[in-house]
Amino acid sequence: MFQLDTKSRRTIYQQVVDNVKELILSGVLKEEEQLPSVRELSKLLTVNPNTVLKAYRELEYEGYVYSTVGQGTFVQKRQKGKVDEELLFNGRQSLENGIKELLYAGLSEEDTLKEVNIILEKFRKGTGSK
Amino acid sequence: MITITNLTKRFEDFEALSKLDMNVKKGSIYGLVGTNGAGKTTVIKHVTGVLRGDSGEVMIDGEPVYNNVSEKKRIGYVQDELYFLGNYSFKEMGRFYKNIYKTFNEDRFKEMVNNFDLDLNLKLSRFSKGMQKQAAFILTLCTMPDYLILDEPIDGLDPIIRKLVWKYIVKDVAEREMTVLVSSHNLREMEDICDSIGIISKGRMIIERDLDELKSDIHKVQAAFKDEGIEKEVLKDLKVVHKERRGSVGLYIIRDKKEKVEKAFKDTNPVIFDMLPLSLEEIFIYEMGGGEDEIEAILS
Repeated sequence: MFQLDTKSRRTIYQQVVDNVKELILSGVLKEEEQLPSVRELSKLLTVNPNTVLKAYRELEYEGYVYSTVGQGTFVQKRQKGKVDEELLFNGRQSLENGIKELLYAGLSEEDTLKEVNIILEKFRKGTGSK
Repeated sequence: MITITNLTKRFEDFEALSKLDMNVKKGSIYGLVGTNGAGKTTVIKHVTGVLRGDSGEVMIDGEPVYNNVSEKKRIGYVQDELYFLGNYSFKEMGRFYKNIYKTFNEDRFKEMVNNFDLDLNLKLSRFSKGMQKQAAFILTLCTMPDYLILDEPIDGLDPIIRKLVWKYIVKDVAEREMTVLVSSHNLREMEDICDSIGIISKGRMIIERDLDELKSDIHKVQAAFKDEGIEKEVLKDLKVVHKERRGSVGLYIIRDKKEKVEKAFKDTNPVIFDMLPLSLEEIFIYEMGGGEDEIEAILS
């Protein structure tokens, strides 16, 4: 479930951070679930342990995980009603781009709104999540 | 921790190292990068206590290395030019190492020989160049060193073996907090595995940095604004290292926190906004502001 792209221009550190975030957001890593230890993950990916350590620290700083001394690193519970600013920002951006494209493709405002509702309906039924 | 302070070394008239400083933290993987003849091997020979500097200090954990047996036995060193005792088979060489290093780990030796798929009974002189390098690496790593020093280790190894070598190194760094100093003339090769990089040129340390910090605090931004005047306003509070225009799109190299850069630009609703990570190559070129020839040489 962890994967690195050595040809990517993103740093290994950034890739580890993003990777864990994705796994948490998509629900593969559940709340309170333990992450692999720094040693395990660095061996698994053949990555410098210092890089993994830094990535975990960043994730902790951003509130995705927490760590307890001697026990390891765990996925932080999502606080209801608290919105991640960065996620919000990126989500809005993607939505805006999506809508721009639909309008450009020739849909009327009404039909565009319908498209959005279709997507929301999917999530309501629980089939929309990948 | 390896600390070199103000090290100068002359070979007759030639000053191979001049006032060189270097710091390798414990448990770190440090890449020493430079062109041919920059002084990489000379630095390494000082760290391993083979050479003695004319002035300056070379310390490991606060102890001078030269002629210091107790420090030197904690160092594992794989040279660029390998040397094995004539007529020895790989197995006999293993036994030789075992007699010298009290820490030699025989179980690991067997396991590694197996994983690297080498013939224990073959004479080392009949090994190919790449195989000899693997043999030297295995022997060294089986002494369970606290400091592993590798001079151009990946030269002549194929990608699969390279991966295997790194796997063992990473394992020891993770489990035993082994410190690794590795030299190379190829920066790109080092980028993926090292956490710190030192670049030397003509016997001087040009730049020494933590790699992730280096990369996270410098950004390439492409942006276009609705109004010419906005640009000035945006860049006012940012540390702009470099700026150029391509038509109506501006290209900026900015050294600042990612969030700050992002916010400054996005608040003005730019028509185009793209933030791209820099390649290590670009970072060093901008960091050093000149000397591109040397940088290009270690990147090619």
